[in-house]
Amino acid sequence: MRDAAQIVLLLIVLSDLAILGTSRLSSCIRGLAAQGVLLGLLPVLIAPQLSIHAVSLALGTMIVKAVVLPWFLAWAIREAAVRREIEPIVGFIASQLLGALAVGLAFAIASRLPLPALPQPLLVPVSLATLMIGFIVLTTRRKALVQVVGYLILENGIYLFGLTQTESVPFLIELGVLLDVFVGVFIMGIVVFHINREFDSLDATRLTELTD
Amino acid sequence: MRLLALWAIPFATALVVLGAPVFRGRRVPVALLLVVAGAHLAVVASLWIVPTVPVFGGWLDVDPLGLTVLTITSVLFLVTAIYIVGHVRRDPPRSGRVFAGGLLAFLAAATVVALAHHLAVLWVGMEATTLAVAPLVFLRRDRRSLEATWKYLVVSSVGIALALLGTFFLASAQGGAGRPLLLPDLIAHARELHPAWLRAAFLFLLVGFGTKMGLAPMHTWKPDTYGEAPSLVSGLMAGVLTTCAFLGIARVTEVVAAAGLASFAQPVLLAFGLLSLAVAATFIIGQGDVKRLLAYSSVEHMGLLVLGLGLGGVGAYGTMLHLVNNSLAKGWMFLITGNIVLATGSATAGANRGLIRTLPASATLLVLGLFAVTGSPPFGLFLSEFTIVRAAIDGGHPWIAAVTLAALAIIFVGMAALILGIVLGEPPPAPTGERAPGAVKESSWLVVGPVALAAIVLMLGVYIPGPLQEMLTRAAMALGGRGP
Repeated sequence: MRDAAQIVLLLIVLSDLAILGTSRLSSCIRGLAAQGVLLGLLPVLIAPQLSIHAVSLALGTMIVKAVVLPWFLAWAIREAAVRREIEPIVGFIASQLLGALAVGLAFAIASRLPLPALPQPLLVPVSLATLMIGFIVLTTRRKALVQVVGYLILENGIYLFGLTQTESVPFLIELGVLLDVFVGVFIMGIVVFHINREFDSLDATRLTELTD
Repeated sequence: MRLLALWAIPFATALVVLGAPVFRGRRVPVALLLVVAGAHLAVVASLWIVPTVPVFGGWLDVDPLGLTVLTITSVLFLVTAIYIVGHVRRDPPRSGRVFAGGLLAFLAAATVVALAHHLAVLWVGMEATTLAVAPLVFLRRDRRSLEATWKYLVVSSVGIALALLGTFFLASAQGGAGRPLLLPDLIAHARELHPAWLRAAFLFLLVGFGTKMGLAPMHTWKPDTYGEAPSLVSGLMAGVLTTCAFLGIARVTEVVAAAGLASFAQPVLLAFGLLSLAVAATFIIGQGDVKRLLAYSSVEHMGLLVLGLGLGGVGAYGTMLHLVNNSLAKGWMFLITGNIVLATGSATAGANRGLIRTLPASATLLVLGLFAVTGSPPFGLFLSEFTIVRAAIDGGHPWIAAVTLAALAIIFVGMAALILGIVLGEPPPAPTGERAPGAVKESSWLVVGPVALAAIVLMLGVYIPGPLQEMLTRAAMALGGRGP
């Protein structure tokens, strides 16, 4: 189980980097869905024994992060007839390099943190790396929809960190967190849909009417 | 039981309003809003008299700090509900159920925040307040409100995500103990928490909830959002949402103070407070729109809140008093601004000169509100700002007192220039063939709420009732300060 968890965590880093490198919206969302599946596997893999808590968290995560949200974002692309390119502010190669830098930094920071013994030592560096890569996607992509993907990756990073603290944050609350993320992305999706209709584009950098 | 009803009833009503086909269309179920708001306030009032027991294994409980926030929420929501009766007659929203459902969901979420004694529950409630308000900001569905909603959603969501990370850091600070994040438990065992994790948790929670509060430099969404949202929604955001976000910061400050790390937290709080004051003073000069002006005024008052918290001692009491005063005054001002927007369709200076002739009642309340919000005697904000400045002098920081007073003076000049210009200015010449606009009769639904809030703010400047003073003192002591 420990090895399986390690492989899953490494795959999560790879999915982060893949999302940074892709130029197509649809593969970006597919990457997000894959990451959702991997995140859903983790609670079961790192639990000392199989518990209802771990299984239901895994199920809830998979339903929300691997099925519902990617499906919803794909629907938004189809309905809004968005052009399929991502239009980065920072190029794909440069953002992948930034991403690699973030991964290195994450491991360096994690090795210095005063951490108690964890079920899975890779959890914290992968969490930090995912968090930073989410932030990179959020800030270096023009399309409002891709910024939502960035926010979700950021949230996935925090979810990974939360897995180190399963005793302190009971199941019901994790469900609440998941529900909040779900509703948040849902509302963002609706706003994105309207941005596309009003501005004929999903380019969030065109939102510049409000200034002092 | 009452703690359950307080949030479950608005929540269930919100779901019914959003889901049931009866509520489709533009009609707003105002009677329902009034009944829920009234019942909420009645239950909150009963909590002041008869104490209750925690529910859900201590996740929800009442303490002085939470009860203060809860009471502010309840009072302001009821006043807003009364105002809505008059408002929707003149300007019905595009969708009545999104409007009413969003408001009720917001009340439920704010109640959860005020009652939460489990820090992760606090986070869930806080994020829910953000989400409940977003559709309300977007109510007009034009380009400008779209831009405002997007900025608000992205900035607050990222901010609040950082706060979630901070919450997990706090769990990490417990080491291998793995206890639930219950507030009384955290405070009791605060000295066993790992100091490095606790510091990190404090910083992340401060930045995260500070974004929601609108502390500089995370305030960028605020003028756009308050400027574009319907005025009564801006009023609820400036009065209730910021207060809830402050409660999040106050909670982690309680833990940090109990852990003996106050000397780490205080300089950080002071820095955010002074920066917010400076930013507000800079941007308030030359503002041409009342709602954006009030947004920067809100940045100022958020700065004062964390300043008082950072000063400690009697400053914590000043902060608690200011929390009450600021919420009520902001509700008052935004509702009056709503009346102006109803009359002319805009809150800018250009469209509204000569307000004293067209809307005499609202104009009078706007000028009174100007003096209240800028902390002039005899209003409550004078007393609370004075207490915070006194704390700075008592604590041996005369320069903080000097900077604060200078910022307050600049802000007074900036706000007075715009508001007095609007109220007393010369109206634009009426187009030929039309009569110059005379005084409009103002619906009493639209005036009674602001008058009630003004009366409370005035009363708090002259006389603070004994039970309130005791409650605020106990809250200040929980924050590591003391009473007056």
